[in-house]
Amino acid sequence: MANSNNGVLGSLMAWVDERLPVTDFYKHHLSEYYAPKNFNFWYFFGSLAMLVLVNQLLSGIWLTMHYKPDATQAFQSVEYIMRDVPWGWLIRYMHSTGASAFFIVVYLHMFRGLMYGSYRKPRELVWLIGMVIYLVLMAEAFMGYVLPWGQMSYWGAQVIINLFGAIPVVGDDLTMWIRGDYLVSDATLNRFFALHVVAMPILLLGLVVIHLAALHTVGSNNPDGIEIKAKKDENGKPLDGIPFHPYYSVKDILGVAVFLIFFAGIIFYAPALGGLFLEHDNFVPANPLVTPIHIKPVWYFTPFYAILKAVPSKLGGVIAMGAAIVMLFLVPWLDRSPVKSIRYKGILSKIALAIFTVSFVTLGWLAMQAGSETQTLVARICTVLYFLFFLLMPIYTSIEKTKPVPERVTK
Amino acid sequence: MANQGVNQGRRRFLTASTAVVGAVGAGFAAVPFIKSWLPSARAEAAGAPVLADISKLEPGQKMTVEWRGKPVFVVKRTPEMLELLPKQDPRLRDPNSEVESQQPSYAKNPTRSLKPEIMVLVAICTHLGCVPEYKPEIGPQPFDHDWAGGFYCPCHKSRFDLAGRVYQGVPAPTNLVVPPYRFPDDHHVLIGEDPKEAA
Amino acid sequence: MKKHIILSLLLWLPLAGMASEGGNLEHVRLNMDDQAALQRGAKLFVNYCLGCHSAAAMRYKRLTDLGLTQKEIEENLIFTGHKVGEPMVSSMDPQQAKSFFGKAPPDLSVIARSRGVDWLYTYLKSFYKDPSRPVGWNNAIFPNASMPNVLVALQGVQVAHKQEGEHGESISLELEKAGSRSPEEFDRDVKDLVSYLAYMAEPAQLLRKHYGPYVIGFLLFFTLMAYLLKKEYWRDVH
Repeated sequence: MANSNNGVLGSLMAWVDERLPVTDFYKHHLSEYYAPKNFNFWYFFGSLAMLVLVNQLLSGIWLTMHYKPDATQAFQSVEYIMRDVPWGWLIRYMHSTGASAFFIVVYLHMFRGLMYGSYRKPRELVWLIGMVIYLVLMAEAFMGYVLPWGQMSYWGAQVIINLFGAIPVVGDDLTMWIRGDYLVSDATLNRFFALHVVAMPILLLGLVVIHLAALHTVGSNNPDGIEIKAKKDENGKPLDGIPFHPYYSVKDILGVAVFLIFFAGIIFYAPALGGLFLEHDNFVPANPLVTPIHIKPVWYFTPFYAILKAVPSKLGGVIAMGAAIVMLFLVPWLDRSPVKSIRYKGILSKIALAIFTVSFVTLGWLAMQAGSETQTLVARICTVLYFLFFLLMPIYTSIEKTKPVPERVTK
Repeated sequence: MANQGVNQGRRRFLTASTAVVGAVGAGFAAVPFIKSWLPSARAEAAGAPVLADISKLEPGQKMTVEWRGKPVFVVKRTPEMLELLPKQDPRLRDPNSEVESQQPSYAKNPTRSLKPEIMVLVAICTHLGCVPEYKPEIGPQPFDHDWAGGFYCPCHKSRFDLAGRVYQGVPAPTNLVVPPYRFPDDHHVLIGEDPKEAA
Repeated sequence: MKKHIILSLLLWLPLAGMASEGGNLEHVRLNMDDQAALQRGAKLFVNYCLGCHSAAAMRYKRLTDLGLTQKEIEENLIFTGHKVGEPMVSSMDPQQAKSFFGKAPPDLSVIARSRGVDWLYTYLKSFYKDPSRPVGWNNAIFPNASMPNVLVALQGVQVAHKQEGEHGESISLELEKAGSRSPEEFDRDVKDLVSYLAYMAEPAQLLRKHYGPYVIGFLLFFTLMAYLLKKEYWRDVH
């Protein structure tokens, strides 16, 4: 491809390159994009997120060919896809499982960033754009979840939209504007469909492009949190860098293969995953007159939902939930440690990250439970711990004793 | 990067074989997406065979039945009409129904039908899809001075005889389509199902 | 022969909540490969359920999955005058049904996915005579259900004994009058019916389980290839 002295194909490439920098692009982002050679397990999830995005786009486009965004037909049209459309069941399960898979890989991807300090200078924008992607993904997933128009779709939409009602003065008018009706109705379904299948995906794709553009400008971080660009050979290539292609392309293919085994395992053997990926109550058609007994969001929203519930005030809960996400945006400026990676940070950072992780998972689990008094208490403790991780970060990262960072990446 | 000692042959073989296996996988993954465009069970049910009562159909009369959203003509031909059919052969493009796609094998005969007098035809002109008119009158017509009865397409003046066979010198390329059909009893015709499926 | 089903219900808790929690449900193991059971279940379904409930997402024709021919389906399972390609729609008028039972009987297409098979199995066995209810029946795990015991001819008539226990009120059911089936036979009938409902809630499950091994097998092979390829290239990296 890069060789222009190579017969017909070579001269064709040269012709194209004069008009469109294909070879330049290929070199810049693949064959001569130097990535640190010490990526570990945690570095699979970026490319896997891309794979899941493609899966969602393809299966999603195919679902729109059969789905009806109409309150009287939506529920039946999903069952129509599951039964009457040839292979429709597979396409639907790819999409529904893909939604959960998206959040699994994105959460692991974000956790990787927190562990190795991938948000630190000069990667603040990579992190911020990533956070915006996460927000758009949440909006995308929420609106997608409304489309099957089951009871959980309906009441999930009802509850989430009503969160905006907590905003003083304009709250009530705002919720009505979002719904387009006095209750969640056909109008709401129709606009969520448009946003879910057109607006949000375009936004998401654009954000992914600039996420990668920013990443390829500053270069990838690594588990040691050291800049490979600081040590270069006589040709100006980073000593600890290897070209993304072929080394990381073949490695990511292996990651994709292993991921697909798990993905297919869920699709073919447990597509509902015991009510976690497809909830039982969502197999009851939406009914504005009856609320399901257990109303909770899908698993990937539950940690934030638990924070919302932990605060005994409507506005306070909404503010706490919003703040929980805002905290993540601020991480690049909260971390004052002289080192990036958790490997060389002190014991306080390690304990803090561990407590944070346990609190986050516990919150997620608690939101799916009935909510006894003990559970509410635990949820409140976890909420406090969640915030302390961020709020105390400037302190514990600057007072703790760090380990010396090696000159070159370690194995 | 130390490139010495690299077995280029093995590397090329592994790259190629992984690519082939991956391409096969992608090919299999594409099948559900392609097949999902086939008619769904709902479309199939809507396109199910249609039963038409022909006991009231008088000789020379035509009735129209909707099958898969298309008009199907059922004509009860008179003996006089049937006599005129072989006489049209020299003027026809495909008098012996040699284009296989235009009729089931059991209708590939001089009358293009299971029973000589009952003609079943999809009334869609093979030119551009207009619905031809049924013109049973025998004798000179504005569009044909020697008309032996048949079907006339108002869109582009294609003409067909009473077995749906296309005349020469008109835009339509092939004979009208005979759909699969069978007679479950003497009074009914079931359009959309072959006789052999009756078992 | 008398049969007791003991269901200790904590009536002071939200009842429907209990039902969905499934704490007191009888567990039933279903075998989706048992075509004979699924066929018996389908027969029970069209005879005992379809009178009032529809399964509008399910086409009769799909029952060919269970090893039936279209002709067998038409002759043995279609009593509503529908064609074999059409969905299982009850002949009962929903408005009329509403006036009979107080609410329209729900569509059962995906009931096994929303309620779960254990709930359905227990529910169908837990009807008891209760003259205070409009239809004359009540249900131990779904109190004040509007549905009568449609399987009474098979099961016989159960009556409830309520006791005050330390955890609140509990109900035990006793067979007062035998039906045409022995309790063991009736259990099997209900199991067959629930198997059918589970199948009907997701007919594609048969396809899933059919294709699953091939897909996973292929992916394992692809993983092996990818592993060898990665290993080969990464020999360069020291």
